[in-house]
Amino acid sequence: MSLPFILFFVCAGLAILGAVLLIVSREPIHSALSLILVMVALAILYLTLGAEFIAAVQVIVYAGAIMVLFVFVIMLLNAGVEERTNWSQMAKYAGLPLAVVLLLEIAQWFWRSPTSARAVNGTPEAHPTHALSVLLFRQYVFPFEATSILILIAILGALVLAKRQE
Amino acid sequence: MDFISQHAVLVVSLVKIAVVLFLAMTALAYLSWFERKVVAHIQSRWGPYYVGAHGLLQPLADGLKFLFKEDVTPPASDQLVYVLAPFLALSLALTTLALIPFGPPNVRVFGQPVFVISNSNIGLLFLFAITSMGVYGVALAGWSSNSKYPLLGGLRSSAQMVSYEVSLTLSVVGVLLLAGSFSLNGIIESQRGHIGHWYVWPQIIGFLCYITAAIAETNRVPFDLPEAEGELVAGFHTEYSSFKFAMFFMAEYANMITVSCLATILFFGGWLAPFPESWTWQLYLPGVGLLALALYCAYDTVTSMRGVARLQLAVFTLLALVAGILCLLPAVMPLVQGPFWFITKVGLFLFLYVWVRGTLPRFRYDQLMSFGWKLLLPVSLVNLLATSFVILLGKRG
Repeated sequence: MSLPFILFFVCAGLAILGAVLLIVSREPIHSALSLILVMVALAILYLTLGAEFIAAVQVIVYAGAIMVLFVFVIMLLNAGVEERTNWSQMAKYAGLPLAVVLLLEIAQWFWRSPTSARAVNGTPEAHPTHALSVLLFRQYVFPFEATSILILIAILGALVLAKRQE
Repeated sequence: MDFISQHAVLVVSLVKIAVVLFLAMTALAYLSWFERKVVAHIQSRWGPYYVGAHGLLQPLADGLKFLFKEDVTPPASDQLVYVLAPFLALSLALTTLALIPFGPPNVRVFGQPVFVISNSNIGLLFLFAITSMGVYGVALAGWSSNSKYPLLGGLRSSAQMVSYEVSLTLSVVGVLLLAGSFSLNGIIESQRGHIGHWYVWPQIIGFLCYITAAIAETNRVPFDLPEAEGELVAGFHTEYSSFKFAMFFMAEYANMITVSCLATILFFGGWLAPFPESWTWQLYLPGVGLLALALYCAYDTVTSMRGVARLQLAVFTLLALVAGILCLLPAVMPLVQGPFWFITKVGLFLFLYVWVRGTLPRFRYDQLMSFGWKLLLPVSLVNLLATSFVILLGKRG
């Protein structure tokens, strides 16, 4: 077993563990911490695939910025422990079987697909940022700018909604 | 031997990690001594004096004291997160050192560069990735203590660190545009030449923004709002005692070292010498500097020390003497140049940190926020725009 192989299983395991803990834990901060674990494990997986830039951005944006905001808001609101409710009838009789079927379908697709068996060449590019910036600022510059304006509108919308109550 | 040649990266990396960790821990301990000494002299005091000659064994005594103190965990705290927070703070602060190049990359053992643990093409981005996680240690410590003052301290610090991180990152982008590289070694190489080629001159505004935001980011005076003792007892680490408290302390010092290293790399040419390479006499500087230190220590040993302290300082003198002579050997001389300049520059930045602490009073919280958002952020944005404009003009012409 090679080192990246072991690293893959450790990180994949950590990501799944974090995802399960995120749902199971009742304290909001614990859930947020589990989500951070998932993000960081995913970033290490990207790193083993040779996508250095994506890994760094994953940590900066998700683990370092968005999740900090989550934790900050949970702390500010002093959110208490979640209360457990009984499973709804919908979830019990329709949701669970559907989830199982979906999982089986994904598993079967991965089993058949030729990409799953092929090892990805995990060597980092010399200039990963250059290739990406050419794509973003030349080829796809219009969708890119449109997305940023969309985000700006969303921020302004949030501000307007927050101000209205006063 | 076969194993080593097969897994050269792994073996060499592990050795480098061990060495850097040991050196970093020593540096952290002596940074506390350095800070107390300098602040004491700014305030016309002597500082630590009794444990060892010039108080040189004080960090050791403090470390032992922290180890033997009672480790109190508040019963109402969130046990898991309470323990996790100091570990997170310290481990993240130390991880950043893995990306710092302490010397030129062409010095190699088993084909691996000696002076850097991980030489990544986008080293700076990784560094920001790790430091952006640093806020969790403080925020979670404040929350998990389940007490009023720590929670306020944790909230303040998350808001402060998130706000100043924006200016910190933006102030660095100017350098990235000039160097055209995310690699820390690449940024240093592009400043090759002499002191006039360093990025501090074209990016003087960026540098001032960086150093201000960096002090705020590491929660130091005058931005040490998270632990303002007048209002918050001790802020986020009020409930922490014993070695967990020491870990927060060490994390703060480790962050100071990282930020100083980054300032050296981005604005002051990293491990490059300030003089043109044709001036060969500068090769003798590390050895001569150490010999001068040995001479001063010898003088001090004879004139003002007595008893055990005299013996300690004599040993220190001998060590400095041996190191100085080693650095003058022709085989060693070219190797020590990079680390010598790097450590000297980082030391100057650490002195600046302590100097600022000894000089300035603390900001008020609203001042801190309006300063960060209304002054620092616009200035670094304008600096970024001006830099890109000038670069664009240069490319056209």
